[in-house]
Amino acid sequence: MKILPFFVIIPLGTAFLISLFGKRIKNFADLLANLGTLSLLVFSLYSISEVFTHKILVYKVGGWIPPIGICMVLDGLSSFMLVTVNLVSFLVALYSISYMQRYTDKPKFYTLFMLMLAGMNGIIVTGDLFNLFVFLEIASIASYALVAFGTEAEELEASFKYAVMGSVASSFVLLGIALLYSYTSTLNMADISLTLSNKSNGMIVNFITVLFLAGFGLKAALVPFHAWLPDAHPSAPASISAMLSGVFIKTLGIYALCRILFNILGLSHQIFFILIILGIISMIVGALLAIAQADIKRMFAYSSISQVGYIIFALGIGTPLAILGGLFHLFNHAIFKSLLFLDSGSIEYSTNTRDLKRLGGLNARLPITGVTSLFGSMSISGIPPLAGFWSKLIIIIAAIQAGYFGTATVAILVSIITLAYYLKFLGFAFFGKLNETWFKIKEVPWTMRLSMIVLAVICVVSGLLIMPLFKPFLQSAVNVLLLGKGYKEAVFAALR
Amino acid sequence: MSEYILCLVLFCIGLYCVLRKRNIIKIVIGLGIIEYAVNLFFILVGYRLHGRAPILAKDQVIPNMVDPLPQALVLTSIVIGLAVTALIVAIAIRIYEKYGTFDITKIRRLKG
Repeated sequence: MKILPFFVIIPLGTAFLISLFGKRIKNFADLLANLGTLSLLVFSLYSISEVFTHKILVYKVGGWIPPIGICMVLDGLSSFMLVTVNLVSFLVALYSISYMQRYTDKPKFYTLFMLMLAGMNGIIVTGDLFNLFVFLEIASIASYALVAFGTEAEELEASFKYAVMGSVASSFVLLGIALLYSYTSTLNMADISLTLSNKSNGMIVNFITVLFLAGFGLKAALVPFHAWLPDAHPSAPASISAMLSGVFIKTLGIYALCRILFNILGLSHQIFFILIILGIISMIVGALLAIAQADIKRMFAYSSISQVGYIIFALGIGTPLAILGGLFHLFNHAIFKSLLFLDSGSIEYSTNTRDLKRLGGLNARLPITGVTSLFGSMSISGIPPLAGFWSKLIIIIAAIQAGYFGTATVAILVSIITLAYYLKFLGFAFFGKLNETWFKIKEVPWTMRLSMIVLAVICVVSGLLIMPLFKPFLQSAVNVLLLGKGYKEAVFAALR
Repeated sequence: MSEYILCLVLFCIGLYCVLRKRNIIKIVIGLGIIEYAVNLFFILVGYRLHGRAPILAKDQVIPNMVDPLPQALVLTSIVIGLAVTALIVAIAIRIYEKYGTFDITKIRRLKG
């Protein structure tokens, strides 16, 4: 069965139907959005077994044969990203049923949510460079609107800032695509790679690489380009913060960057070096800025920058073990960061504040939020049996094996700082004496609790992903990146 | 060659406008200039001197035709640019309602 187009069709179709009928039929939007994301999750889990049997699947859109027509490609890396994105998005959609009651127009929220999801899934499955740009813009525009969803002064300000920087980044990407098209006269990713290997690599390829680094680096919020993230992510509704920090920056930033740099343009030592530098700076700056924050969501947003730094650092090392660690950390970070943002949403839902100084002792009133936050925080700061520990350990071991002793030490130190600010969050919010203002608050509704519990459970058990039984799932994603420019042969072999 | 350099100059003018201007409407205009510079560059990539549109008809041979693919892509890109501009202008109007100013240095409630 051809499952590939459904990853784009389902969210687009549900977005269309919700915008048409959402207002007229009660609970229609909730039901359809959750069914849509659930079916996407099922499809993405099914894609794992497809990748196992076929290695690589290519779908020709409209029956046109690439490189003339557009193609969609499903390989290990796409399948891995699809599972991550759709798992988080399903749980977030579940959470939004109750949480979004605080806002007025739920059908519009779900429409934008599904459009954003369509964009992200599209980026992951597409095999065409311009198509990637179109999906990137679909996801970005939906996210600009979602950040401004509350239409309060701060949200509008954050959304404006984000939209301006995001559009500049998109222009850089489009300029890169235009230059690449003028150099290779094709837009199909595999064909570009083929044409580039037949030509001598001039300065133009380096220039294009820099353009893509700037464009996708801004989307991934690497440090020199990070200024929009700590405003945009906290201002959005909590479920959208979870999506943005959990999967959005990874799909639009890291995945797109990896696919283009590793599989199409090819990497040189300089690019690896740049990735390591960017990763280290992001790690340190994000962690240092996070400590000083009193707003919960702002602290988490800075923490996202720091953790993305880990992933980019690991990819920059470039050894098989490091890439494994990086992708594993990507998955783990998607899970625990969305869990933490959902927890912050629960706190906000019950107490109407995000200021750490006004909270305290919430464990007595919000036990489930407290326990899930504990798991999320401990996992992200790398406490042993939890998933975050294993991924950070793999990254640090890989760094030492590759001879980066100094940066490995920095990574360990940043991990300690991470622990410090998450302990600050737990201490101020959940431990200590209960503030008298919060004696009457209740635990959040069951759908919100359910999605938080599921995420916390995944947080605990996802350490098993490196066990031999589940490792092929990660390993097939790593193999795609290790394949490097062999990607084109794989795609063309699947076409025949 | 000179037309490519002029495109780059246009791009830089837009970038300067986004980075240096204080009025948020001017920033939106700067974004528009950046988009048009990239679109123009993309069109010029596929252009040929004295070329014509590659519309195939019976017993007609076109020896010198322009590349139609960038034109189709730029059409898409213009539509995307329109959507972004409309959204940002809508946000800018809402910002004016909330803050009572278009001056970016006075719109500063988020910090840290």
